[in-house]
Amino acid sequence: MSLSFKRCGLILAGTAALFTKVAIAQTLTIGLAEDPDMLDPDRGRSYVGRVVFTGMCDKLIDVGAKLDLVPQLATQWSWNDDQTVLTMNLRQGVQFQDGTPFDADAVKYNLERSLNLPDSNRKNEISAIDHIEVVDAHTVKLYLKSPFAPLLAALSDRAGMMISPTAAEKEGADFSRHPVCSGPFEFDQRVAQDKIVLKQFPEYWNKDAIHLDEVVYRPIPDATVRLANLQAGQLDIIDRAATADLERIRGDSDLKLESAVSLGYSGITINIDHGPQADNLLGQDPRVREAFELAIDRSIINQVAFDGEFTPDNQPLSPDSPYHLDRPLPARDVEHAKALLKEAGVDHVDVELMVTNNPDSMRVAQIIQSMVGEAGFNVKITASEFASMLDRYSSGDFQAGLLSWSGRADPDGNLYAFLACDGTLNDGKYCNSDLDSQLKVARRSNDMAERQKAYTAVGDILLEDRPILYLYHPNWFWGLSSRVHGFKPYPDGMIRLEDVSLD
Amino acid sequence: MLGFIVRRLLIALPTLFLITLMVFSLQLLLPGDPALALAGEERDPAVIEAIREQYHLNDPIPVQYAHWLIAALHGDLGISLRNREPVTSLIVDKLPVTLELAILAMLIALVIGIAAGLVSAIKKGSRWDFGANVVALSGISVPNFWLGIMLILLISVRWGWLPASGYTSPLDSLAQNLEMMIMPAVVLGTAIAGVMMRHTRSAMISAIHADYVRTARAKGLSERVVMLKHALRNALVPVVTMGTLQFGELLSGAVLTEQVFTIPGFGKLIVDAVFNRDYAVVQGVVLFTGTVYILMNLLADLLYYLLNPRLRA
Repeated sequence: MSLSFKRCGLILAGTAALFTKVAIAQTLTIGLAEDPDMLDPDRGRSYVGRVVFTGMCDKLIDVGAKLDLVPQLATQWSWNDDQTVLTMNLRQGVQFQDGTPFDADAVKYNLERSLNLPDSNRKNEISAIDHIEVVDAHTVKLYLKSPFAPLLAALSDRAGMMISPTAAEKEGADFSRHPVCSGPFEFDQRVAQDKIVLKQFPEYWNKDAIHLDEVVYRPIPDATVRLANLQAGQLDIIDRAATADLERIRGDSDLKLESAVSLGYSGITINIDHGPQADNLLGQDPRVREAFELAIDRSIINQVAFDGEFTPDNQPLSPDSPYHLDRPLPARDVEHAKALLKEAGVDHVDVELMVTNNPDSMRVAQIIQSMVGEAGFNVKITASEFASMLDRYSSGDFQAGLLSWSGRADPDGNLYAFLACDGTLNDGKYCNSDLDSQLKVARRSNDMAERQKAYTAVGDILLEDRPILYLYHPNWFWGLSSRVHGFKPYPDGMIRLEDVSLD
Repeated sequence: MLGFIVRRLLIALPTLFLITLMVFSLQLLLPGDPALALAGEERDPAVIEAIREQYHLNDPIPVQYAHWLIAALHGDLGISLRNREPVTSLIVDKLPVTLELAILAMLIALVIGIAAGLVSAIKKGSRWDFGANVVALSGISVPNFWLGIMLILLISVRWGWLPASGYTSPLDSLAQNLEMMIMPAVVLGTAIAGVMMRHTRSAMISAIHADYVRTARAKGLSERVVMLKHALRNALVPVVTMGTLQFGELLSGAVLTEQVFTIPGFGKLIVDAVFNRDYAVVQGVVLFTGTVYILMNLLADLLYYLLNPRLRA
């Protein structure tokens, strides 16, 4: 008898201890749609990787909710008169998670690493930098080869993420396995395909805004499973909730839904001049591309494929961007489309449309196939997995393809690489010298009015030439447990952990 | 006996060599380039070239294969292109997870499958037989991912009895570990139980009509002893083959179940690696699971040996 009393007592004490622990330790668990790649800002290449970096690594500049650039590790910045020297004042009293102080030398080290690592994916984003001068411990000057306005936006993304030079030197190529930055949470452990655990960094410069002890990121590719885990309480936030599940989230009193229009887009990239596959009417005759567009109704795609939850658009920039053009979406006009085909001398056109083999893309492709079919386009859908598809895009082995881009804060990030004659992601090898020169004007100027003028010209050329038929901007949807407070949605899709707390 | 084992192991070596050669060549037939897959949505040609150089992807194929084989013989299976984790440590991480899941699933399958098969053979044609057959067929026909999602929605979301997914090591907390493993083990186990039940049933039915069973009965042994000691023991031979092969298969990963319950096992590892063209991981894991499969076959033969006295003669 006394033994069982003792046992009961122990169990009670144990349970009490457990509850106290639960009440104190605030662990936020986030369900991601994919497993991030390398956790090294210079080598990272995935969108989900950026989500994890946001908890771990501060940047020189941050992006605000309205796509404005706001201070993070740099408190102030200014350009010289001819826009070739960027002076940045750095935040004082900041240290990296290994105790290394954050200063001008660390900034120089980081930017030079981004420029010089052979497999750095940041090289292109900041290649305008010629050299970096350390003025004093808290001031750096970036000397550019020529004016380059998108630089600030690049410094608000992975190129501006500061890693500890001590750790980078020590770890070398294996830095991604033990990353050390200066953000609110430090790396604790990673189990590939299972979880990434970050713990609060006690010396964080802005620690008053941090109310969590630990953040766990769990990759769960299936959206239904992600939601089930949120409902069951295993997750507190889910990234990229599926549009088909939004009603369930809205209808559940234990959950909240947050959303933002993303910076990215989905569109049909057309092979204009990349190898023999470009040699077809869609690639060669702008009237045929116009006909194709006239046969599509973007709002039907949005209604049928995404329950009306995305943002239909015919432009590459998000409607939240100050550079987005005020142009109406063309109405569907099958008769006009047929007339245009007739003008081009044909009554039907065969097109192979390449898509990634995921259910959303397949659905969009099938809707397009049936809509343009009415105007005389025989669309053959070819679905393949991502890696094979990339191969075909890069080698020009495609006629048209449904491609998405996650989007960048500066308009240049959604345009130059895809549309400039020397663009690194210009798979269709579209090249228009007028558009090219406008893109370059916009790159060189930090004056908003001047850039607006250039991007208006760019937008109008694109609406005319149609090298990419932009279809919609996906919206970001986050499902949240009602325990989560202080979450703010951002158009870049990043989950910022400042001010986030749990009941 | 020892000679038998050694002989079988020696035969395994060329088989393993052929497996590596085949996996290597099959990967080359896959469209898509690892450097490009690694680069993802930001495909800067200069970076892709740097990646090719760094991982020797520009070397001639036989040279790449030779490099890999020599390193593998020294126990180094290379590193993952995607996250730079050594392949051996990935295997060491995932093996206990997959092994535990496979053992639990197999236990469930054996208990349900053999018991149901036995009952339906003994009571052939009865309602018991019919019921067991329906259950077995459902187990085989219901897709794992559907059953998994249904279990999550009912047991975790609706009733809140068990966690929906995830994995905790039994070394950290055995109770939590079992809570998380039980649903996936049931999903995998019921599917295999169906197969086991069908095999046990048919083997038992033929055993019941065999001469030695009639002899046993004629000797006046009780029905229980006749069934369990004489009939079942012989009937188990094909069931053991089936079981060890199924176990080998479980060890190479249960992709869909692992995906639904987000269990970080082999299935998820290898599928992600194929999609990312992470060749080192694919090769390493296939070599490993190939070895496991061969060992399982050997185990099946050894079990025959123990179960069937005629083989020992």
